[in-house]
Amino acid sequence: MSLTDSDAKIDAREPATSLAAVETPFSRFVADYFESRIATGALAVLVLIICLALLAPLLAPQNPYNLAEVDVLDSRLPPASVGMAGYTYWLGTDGAGRDLLSAILYGLRISLLVGVASCLIATVIGAVIGLTAAYAGGRVENLLMRLVDLQLSLPAILIALILIAMLGKGVDKVIIALVTVQWAYYARTVRGTALAELNKEYVEAARCLGFSHTRIVFKQILPNCLPPLIVVATIQAAHAIALEATLSFLGVGLPRTEPSLGLLISNGFEYMLSGKYWISFIPGVVLLITIMAINLVGDQLRDVLNPRLKR
Amino acid sequence: MTAYLLRRLMQTAVVVMVMSVIVFFGVHVIGDPVWLLVNPQMDQRDIEAAVRALGLDRPIWEQYVYFVRGALQGDLGRSFIFGEPALTVIVQRMPATLELAVAALVMAIVIGIPLGLYAGLKPQHALSKIIMAGSIVGFSLPTFWVGLMLIMVFAVMLGWLPSTGRGPTATYFGITSSAFTLEGLRYLFLPALNLALLKISLVIRLTRAGARESLQQDYIKFARAKGLTHGRIVRVHLLKNILIPVVTVLGLEFGNLIAFSVVTETIFAWPGMGKLLIGAIQTLDRPVIVAHLIIIVLLFVVINLVVDVLYTVLDPRVRVARQTA
Amino acid sequence: MTAAAATARQPTLEVVDLRTHFFTKAGVVKAVDGVSFSIAPGEVLGLVGESGCGKSMTGFSIIGLIDPPGRIVSGAVRFKGRDLAGLAEEELRTLRGNRISMIFQDPMMTLNPVLRIDTQMIETIQAHRDCSRSVALGLARNGLVQMGISSPERRLRCYPHELSGGMRQRVAIAIAFVNEPDLVIADEPTTALDVTIQAQILHQAQQLCRTKGTAMIWITHDLAVVSSLADRVAVMYAGTLVEQGNARDLIRAPLHPYTKGLLGSVPSANRPGERLTQIPGMTPSLLDPKPGCRFRMRCARAAPECNTSPVISMPVPQREVRCWRPLSADQLV
Repeated sequence: MSLTDSDAKIDAREPATSLAAVETPFSRFVADYFESRIATGALAVLVLIICLALLAPLLAPQNPYNLAEVDVLDSRLPPASVGMAGYTYWLGTDGAGRDLLSAILYGLRISLLVGVASCLIATVIGAVIGLTAAYAGGRVENLLMRLVDLQLSLPAILIALILIAMLGKGVDKVIIALVTVQWAYYARTVRGTALAELNKEYVEAARCLGFSHTRIVFKQILPNCLPPLIVVATIQAAHAIALEATLSFLGVGLPRTEPSLGLLISNGFEYMLSGKYWISFIPGVVLLITIMAINLVGDQLRDVLNPRLKR
Repeated sequence: MTAYLLRRLMQTAVVVMVMSVIVFFGVHVIGDPVWLLVNPQMDQRDIEAAVRALGLDRPIWEQYVYFVRGALQGDLGRSFIFGEPALTVIVQRMPATLELAVAALVMAIVIGIPLGLYAGLKPQHALSKIIMAGSIVGFSLPTFWVGLMLIMVFAVMLGWLPSTGRGPTATYFGITSSAFTLEGLRYLFLPALNLALLKISLVIRLTRAGARESLQQDYIKFARAKGLTHGRIVRVHLLKNILIPVVTVLGLEFGNLIAFSVVTETIFAWPGMGKLLIGAIQTLDRPVIVAHLIIIVLLFVVINLVVDVLYTVLDPRVRVARQTA
Repeated sequence: MTAAAATARQPTLEVVDLRTHFFTKAGVVKAVDGVSFSIAPGEVLGLVGESGCGKSMTGFSIIGLIDPPGRIVSGAVRFKGRDLAGLAEEELRTLRGNRISMIFQDPMMTLNPVLRIDTQMIETIQAHRDCSRSVALGLARNGLVQMGISSPERRLRCYPHELSGGMRQRVAIAIAFVNEPDLVIADEPTTALDVTIQAQILHQAQQLCRTKGTAMIWITHDLAVVSSLADRVAVMYAGTLVEQGNARDLIRAPLHPYTKGLLGSVPSANRPGERLTQIPGMTPSLLDPKPGCRFRMRCARAAPECNTSPVISMPVPQREVRCWRPLSADQLV
């Protein structure tokens, strides 16, 4: 470990070394994200699930809601059994003879659609409210934030139940309920980040330069609010999907014409005690994997975007 | 300190008032339950009499005022379905729900904190990685599905524990609970575990995050420089700092537990408030819905207040801030 | 020489060619790279240098609080004859807080905010000796009195945030001295405090050392502090010791160009109106350092021979310098 090892004839006044290849924040973010193998795997699984769901009508061997294709004599068959028409039910059938594989693909589609749609709408609403609160300040901000606190102090499931009780059933009502339950998280996140940004000097500089309010908000504040918003959105998406499944299971969620995974599980409830577990079990596993993949991705996003963790 | 408490109590009262208004008027939007209870074949006069008796003909404002007057005297209306005072109906079922929620909370603490602490202190160890993986799974599992699986495995396949219902109760120190009997515990275990699963994952993650953050603080290094044993550092220095956020979150989550018991009670046929609420929504039993919500809100704000006070006791820095405020 | 006399003359601490390296993803950071000094009983050594020069790491290395990815790579740390560098953790624990103690820079963060002062003092005492709580409480109280804290009973029942910064640091120092250690390592303890409090605390610490015969290492970047307090001074730069010797002589006539630069950059009432000398350039990174003298990039006296790492020489008795071309006592730069 001697310091005199390589005694090359170095000029006593060395110039500073040049920087390594320039990296943008985005490329750095991508590189950081893929550092975790688990998160990369989760992302892959998630992409797969989304593809499966989107292409469900093309992929499913049977359309389980077309009564012509369903044979009630094939009901309650265990996985990998062969039906009356010589067709193999890889995941078994449910109480009405529907192919579980197809039912799950369609159900996945609906679960994801409802979950993601409500998440996106809630994000927009929450972001608008959060930005308004941060930018307007004063009484407006106080009022809005009190509302947010009130909303957040009540359990999601209770709010959802009451709303559904008041509005009735249906896909749109469920989405409204899910949006109502979520917007407050986004509003609070966006307001917090926006407040921090508003205090920074570049905003003051922009105001001095006479930039219009809209321009400041959209081009300068909003982009900085995106990272925490994305993290919250992923986690909330998982919650929304789980909540919708719970509501459907309890019988106050999506109607039978648009069966989500929750409803499939609920349908299988009655057959469980007689040992035909797969009708509830398999859709549940699919739901679990979906939620878990979203949570893992969200977790890694949060770790990568968090400046406070010593890395 | 008392000034602060008084202010909080007033805030609480305001919140309850506001909630009662929202709930009452919101529920009236559901629709007219008259036709559920009154036979449409009846004579018009009898219908009117019935409507008047149930107070459904008055304008909403008046109904609300009567409601508040009655509420302050402890009368929250009469259940359309059960025919008994709504308050009685709910209070009868409250012990069962509280029992479940408390059992779940205890499980969450007893299982969650040690596991989370281990994962935070020895993050590189294989066991820690398993614990963290487990917590992610626990977090992602939908409660109702876990309930089904628990019943399937423990009741149907293994036959160790009963699948539904609540066990026999016993009374100690004036509290009647099924947790006091051995048989009762057998019935309590699975639903409590089901309810607790999400909270256990939450506690594990919170404790671990708290441990990791605290370990990097200077006072831990100083404690080591003083030559304290590892055990003492964890038990006294680390734990007290971690417990503060954990207790706060758990306290707030207790309200959530009570709300979420709706699902568990449905699956395990547990005779609590949650099951009552679902039934009330489906049958449009307005008084029960309203009474239920008011009670839940009340429970919530009381819990919030208790947690706030607890926070003051645990964190001396907050105590000073509150005294001077 | 009798055995007793020999032990009496044995230095309290002997650091021999200490090297502490941190093995990070970016490379090896040589935080401490060849540091040697010794301290006699009751002596105060001022360890001086700018931020990032490795002086705090030296302190941590001595007390054994270097955590992964760092470790002591080579060298010896002989405390009263025993080499600490190779000791097991449990043995080190019995020494820490007991025979060797440390004071940190920011007392708000070093005292646990949710525990009372008496708890934090008593646990230090009870960790190293078997005594009852009331005995320990009495010792704690005495410790506070010695640091000049009034109404000690009341202060003991306080929480850290209820005390001022100076008071907290006095408590930290009291904790360090409460078990009557042989060596106290103080890592910039007065940097976060006002100048007036600084002076008081320096005085009190000095008193304690004199009365109890405790050796002390006072780590600081502030030469003014060191000039009044220390018996000997050691100057660190980029992980190595560049000069050490008697405090008064070193300050009056520095031999290393860096020490001279350091002294010249301190504003002093003795030379009003004079320009402050700046040492040009920046501290080199400790990450994979290049061979040769680490100061040569900023040294006005650098020459081709400085590309080889200088060895320690003693151009003047009782003074060590690591330089090929040290200043002489009467030389002007």
